[in-house]
Amino acid sequence: MKEKRTEELICIVCPMGCRLRAEVEQADGETPQVLSVSGNSCPRGARYAKEELTAPTRTVTGTVSIEGGLYRRLPVITSAPIPKDKIFDVMEEIHRAHACAPVQIHDIIIPNVCGLGADVLAARTMEQRSSDDESVFPAGSAGGFDHQGV
Amino acid sequence: MRTCDLVVIGGGSAGMAAAIAAREKGVKDILILERGEETGGILLQCIHNGFGLHTFGEELSGPSYAERFSDQVRSLGIAVETNALVLHLDTDRTLSYVSPRSGFVTLQARCVILAMGCRERPRGAIGIPGARPAGVWTAGAAQRYVNLDGFLPGRRVFILGSGDIGLIMARRMTLEGAKVLGVAELMPYSNGLSRNLKQCLEDFQIPLYLSHTVTDIQGRERVSAVTISQVDENRRPIPGSEKTFAVDTLLLSVGLLPENTLSEEAGIELHPRTRGPVVDEFLQATIPGVFACGNVLHVHDLVDFVTAEGKEAGEAAARFLDAGLPAGPHASVEAGEGISYCLPQRIHTQALPDSLTLSFRVLSPQRNVTLAVEKDGKCIKTLRRRVMLPAEMERLTLQREDLTGLQESLRLRIMDFSQNGRLEEG
Repeated sequence: MKEKRTEELICIVCPMGCRLRAEVEQADGETPQVLSVSGNSCPRGARYAKEELTAPTRTVTGTVSIEGGLYRRLPVITSAPIPKDKIFDVMEEIHRAHACAPVQIHDIIIPNVCGLGADVLAARTMEQRSSDDESVFPAGSAGGFDHQGV
Repeated sequence: MRTCDLVVIGGGSAGMAAAIAAREKGVKDILILERGEETGGILLQCIHNGFGLHTFGEELSGPSYAERFSDQVRSLGIAVETNALVLHLDTDRTLSYVSPRSGFVTLQARCVILAMGCRERPRGAIGIPGARPAGVWTAGAAQRYVNLDGFLPGRRVFILGSGDIGLIMARRMTLEGAKVLGVAELMPYSNGLSRNLKQCLEDFQIPLYLSHTVTDIQGRERVSAVTISQVDENRRPIPGSEKTFAVDTLLLSVGLLPENTLSEEAGIELHPRTRGPVVDEFLQATIPGVFACGNVLHVHDLVDFVTAEGKEAGEAAARFLDAGLPAGPHASVEAGEGISYCLPQRIHTQALPDSLTLSFRVLSPQRNVTLAVEKDGKCIKTLRRRVMLPAEMERLTLQREDLTGLQESLRLRIMDFSQNGRLEEG
């Protein structure tokens, strides 16, 4: 039994936030098929609607602890979008990772994260904090998250 | 006294874009004064991606976007002093600052670009009742703790305000292992970008309570619970609608205010709606030779527009230093029915620009409306817009032929505007 329906979704490809309408056909227990998309102002919108309704993906960003850097955390980003239902698995890997300054932007922090074919990359360059700089936080405290007062 | 051709106050995205543009237009003597430890501004803590689509045609994280500009500032040899706090700006463009490297410095600038950004409205600005325990933070402060300093400020979190930082932090705290129980929004619509509603709340099944506000905070040492109530059309809490959440943290994302203490001290006129300087088509404030761009001028939602505005300010400053800018009488730009504000607020009428881009926001969500531009009371242009939201800044470009003959005023309004003509989400 094939069922036809209209799905409304907001495009998240860029900050425009186009309101998309997709005609979808789905047979029982199968992946939905996207027949047509309207409301998009660029081709990426149509592609997004198709992906979002069949195999949604997200680019994941987070931070890893870093030793000797300007801050205690280094921002990281996946080199490609990963399946939406793997976000928390990727975050778990990110929580376990650790970096040492200096780091160059796009240095690979975790290769092939969770076997998904994407790497976790440094999202910025972070130089080593020179020793005469006074750190806001004492050295050696650059471990995991501290849960202050909770 | 030390002199400088161009002093840029603030090394965030606006200030860096301005300094780069001015250098590219030939200004040699430029100094960026940055309060933080490095250039980049608020982008350094905005680790999520989605920045730079308009500027670079790709999506970058905040730190990556900032790094591109920091690198350019460095390669152009623009002087930057970090950890430098500007204490005072005077009407004659002298300013004083302090920094660990230089101590107390007084400078005479020929030209100043204001790029100080904005601040978050704190709890005191919105008057939430209840106890005053630890655990109430602005969302941006929490963002800094989490993303730069490595502290997770709470385990069970409620968020007041659906501005972008609130939404981003709802996702961020969730990814770091905290439980976000909900986001309350006073207005009947969200103030965040639609993409953030989708990928920060919906993706993680975090409920959004529209037309709700926080009416009680409980706890002695630390927040123990937060109570929210539904509000009526006059934004007054409805008795009996209370819901209580056992949380240890309340994050506030209740608006941003341009940081204009220095501008006020200098005697620069501020606009009551934007709370930023009143500017002309060169982004020049009411003191000649002082320009403003980015969040200090009006709060932006996209950094790409901040960069574009910074570039405009930098180019205008270069022109001011080189050949000078047109002076003389100006027409006012007015926000008519349905428009919250419109920039620039003034246009010189004797030397009209080839084109003029107006930046504006609507007062409330609008669907299928006509925008009208009136020149000296006569409608010269209408534009249809499918959707316009207060959360999303709009831009509209007028050509010289549209402006020719302009005397008194340019007015932007929504035709047949009704406050009740709210957007109904499909």
